[in-house]
Amino acid sequence: MSDFWFRYCKNRGAVIGLIILVFVIACAIAAPFAFPRSPWSMVQRPFLPPFEMEGLLLGTDALGRNVLSGLFHGARVSLLVGLVSTIVALTIGIPIGACAGYYGNLVDDFLMRFTEFFQTIPSFALAIVLLAIFQPTLGYVILSIAIVSWPPVARLVRAEVLSLRNREFIEAATLSGQSNLRIIWHQILPNALPPIIVLASLMVATAILLESSLSFLGLSDPNVMSWGYMIGAARTVLRTAWWLSFIPGIAIMLTVLALNLIGEGLNDALNPRLRSLEK
Amino acid sequence: MTLLSVKNLSIALPTGSDRALAIKNLSFTLDRGEVLCIVGESGSGKSMSANALIGLLPEGVTSCEGSINFEEVDLLKLNEDKMQALRGRDISMIFQEPLSALNPLMRIGDQVKEVFEAHNLLTPSERRKRALELLQEVGLPDPIKMIDAYPFQLSGGQRQRVVIAMALALKPKILIADEPTTALDVTTQAQILNLIEELRRKYGMAVLFITHDFGVVADIADRVIVMQSGEVVEAGQANAVLMSPKHAYTRALLDAIPRLSFGEAPPKPTDQIPILSISNLSMTFRSRSSGIFRKARVVKAVIDVSFNLHKGETIGIVGESGSGKSTLGRCLVRLLVPDKGIIKVGGQDISQISGDSLRQHRRRIQMVFQDPFSSLNPRAKINRILTEGLIAYGTDKDTAQAKAHDLLKLVGLDASAMQRFPHEFSGGQRQRIGIARALALNPEVIIADEAVSALDVSIQAQVLDLLADLKDRLNLSMIFISHDLRVAAKVCDRIIVMHAGKMVEFGPTKQVLGTPKTDYTRSLLNAIPGQDFERALAKQHGIKL
Repeated sequence: MSDFWFRYCKNRGAVIGLIILVFVIACAIAAPFAFPRSPWSMVQRPFLPPFEMEGLLLGTDALGRNVLSGLFHGARVSLLVGLVSTIVALTIGIPIGACAGYYGNLVDDFLMRFTEFFQTIPSFALAIVLLAIFQPTLGYVILSIAIVSWPPVARLVRAEVLSLRNREFIEAATLSGQSNLRIIWHQILPNALPPIIVLASLMVATAILLESSLSFLGLSDPNVMSWGYMIGAARTVLRTAWWLSFIPGIAIMLTVLALNLIGEGLNDALNPRLRSLEK
Repeated sequence: MTLLSVKNLSIALPTGSDRALAIKNLSFTLDRGEVLCIVGESGSGKSMSANALIGLLPEGVTSCEGSINFEEVDLLKLNEDKMQALRGRDISMIFQEPLSALNPLMRIGDQVKEVFEAHNLLTPSERRKRALELLQEVGLPDPIKMIDAYPFQLSGGQRQRVVIAMALALKPKILIADEPTTALDVTTQAQILNLIEELRRKYGMAVLFITHDFGVVADIADRVIVMQSGEVVEAGQANAVLMSPKHAYTRALLDAIPRLSFGEAPPKPTDQIPILSISNLSMTFRSRSSGIFRKARVVKAVIDVSFNLHKGETIGIVGESGSGKSTLGRCLVRLLVPDKGIIKVGGQDISQISGDSLRQHRRRIQMVFQDPFSSLNPRAKINRILTEGLIAYGTDKDTAQAKAHDLLKLVGLDASAMQRFPHEFSGGQRQRIGIARALALNPEVIIADEAVSALDVSIQAQVLDLLADLKDRLNLSMIFISHDLRVAAKVCDRIIVMHAGKMVEFGPTKQVLGTPKTDYTRSLLNAIPGQDFERALAKQHGIKL
């Protein structure tokens, strides 16, 4: 474990990413205590620029709502959506990929054609259609994002399983009488984990972007304050009050950047042989 | 005349490695036209010293001390441009694995031509002509056709010939050969060694030959350097080192070479029904789909194999790569489903069973695998590796653990190994764990598929002793698959020689290897390296005794 941290910390960007992410998580946790009032409540005159009034550090938006409070509460939603939708996508993608890779032949053909069916539709368009069918609540937003983002997981897991399943220790496990499910779960998947973890960290970032885009278009849960909604609401006043789009935009950018940096750091730490020949 | 002299060369390993210096105070000279062999086991620093000569040290290894003088120039002080000009022209190298030494997407003719291109020599048409000559010279069949082939279309030996052609293109003064025959079959190995010898005579090159195989050393070396953990333990004329080694390590290495010796005729089987009985087994591989323009590829890997294995007996299956011996082994443990034929274990046919009855059967035949690095799950502790088979068959955890303890003791490992991961063990120790795992389920038959081929000779000897000991103590019945006749001769009662999927010879070891009936077996026997040395040694001992 200390070895893992040592290699992770060798990547300076990854450490910065981790610091940013910890900060965002801290904001999300602190939101209900720092801003107990609803982020939707109007607190001052509209269009108050940042740094002008004590207690309203980032000013107010077009309806006089506290921007900073919106950012804090939005962090909760962004992280929640990113994390949960990734977990859901993994629970769909890993079994499909593992079965396709392990059983091969017809099972593989069927599952991969099914996966390709999802891959051929542009994911954002599919997410919009799904949300149009479902109700726009947070749960369905998470579900639609998961549905459009599992195919890469299945592909990756399948490739990993394919490369692992002819290794001798898998054959040894077969010979020692273990069932197929046990072999997939106990022998293959633990060895396929590092690339999955790296992919997952990047998927959280894409999910956050996707959620922001959906709420920018007003397709997300209308009762939840999110960064995408803040940008969407401020787009009409982009020329007069640019900071209203700019501030949540920076928040999204930093979070996504942090996650990407972490993904890269995890990749270095978990697959050291890809980077340098360590002997 | 001295061509190259290495003085006090030391190379540091990155911090956190198993030792501080990869090479410590290495000094040697290389004369024009001589073959110098560097011998040592894996990790002895022999490849590292070759890489240092040509300036290709792995990433992270940089600090060098000492000097490498080649024609009055210190190679360690040369900059990269000068070194590039030198590589290929003055010093060139052939590698262990010809498949990875060649660019898979480039025709072999182009790869040979590239050597001239890199040094800005000759016009394009001359280059092609030279490439053709070179391919002819290294004995590639039908070079005019072969020049447009891709590496994957060639056999291992042919690929190594191409690599040699590339190395010889600019008539270098020094040829470094880093285990050039380790990945090849014995017969191909003999051909390649002959080729190197022939070319050395023709061009008067100096050859620095790196190998772990003393048989090869005996065949080609003028002088020998023996290395152990980065240090030279013995150096001198080949004859002197081989016939009267001074250092204990050299002696140990020489003693560990398996000799082609065989015991008396196998004992008469005591059981009525053979423990394993194979009749007319055939296995054919078909590529999964046939294209529109091409037929599906069909490979007959095993054709009509029949034999019986009795209790307490060891049968060796020998043959070159592609002879179907591993496929046969995998059919017997039912990792593959044979097309035709019957495999009877204790009288019950298991060739076509599947599902739960197959799972119930599996414990009766177990396998020891070739590669000690990929045969153990890197993320499982030894405890889990040894017990999970027992647990899968319904043994409770405590009993399984007690059994695992006993097994570790049986294969000569400490009980503390239980809580460690595979990467904490050496290759030989891992192979012991692999054997313990195979024994865990009390199998009736054990199939050892090249179980010692990936190990150093000294470790190989230990593992073979362990197998022989276990065989006596537990009265094991074993099928021993190997490409090395010497190893097979040491442990097997009877031997099957396979060629292109068929059994070409089968009988008691002494008969098959002592008085072979077929040309194929004879050619395998003749290709074993170091036979002159064996004879000389026998003579020496004869005189001494």
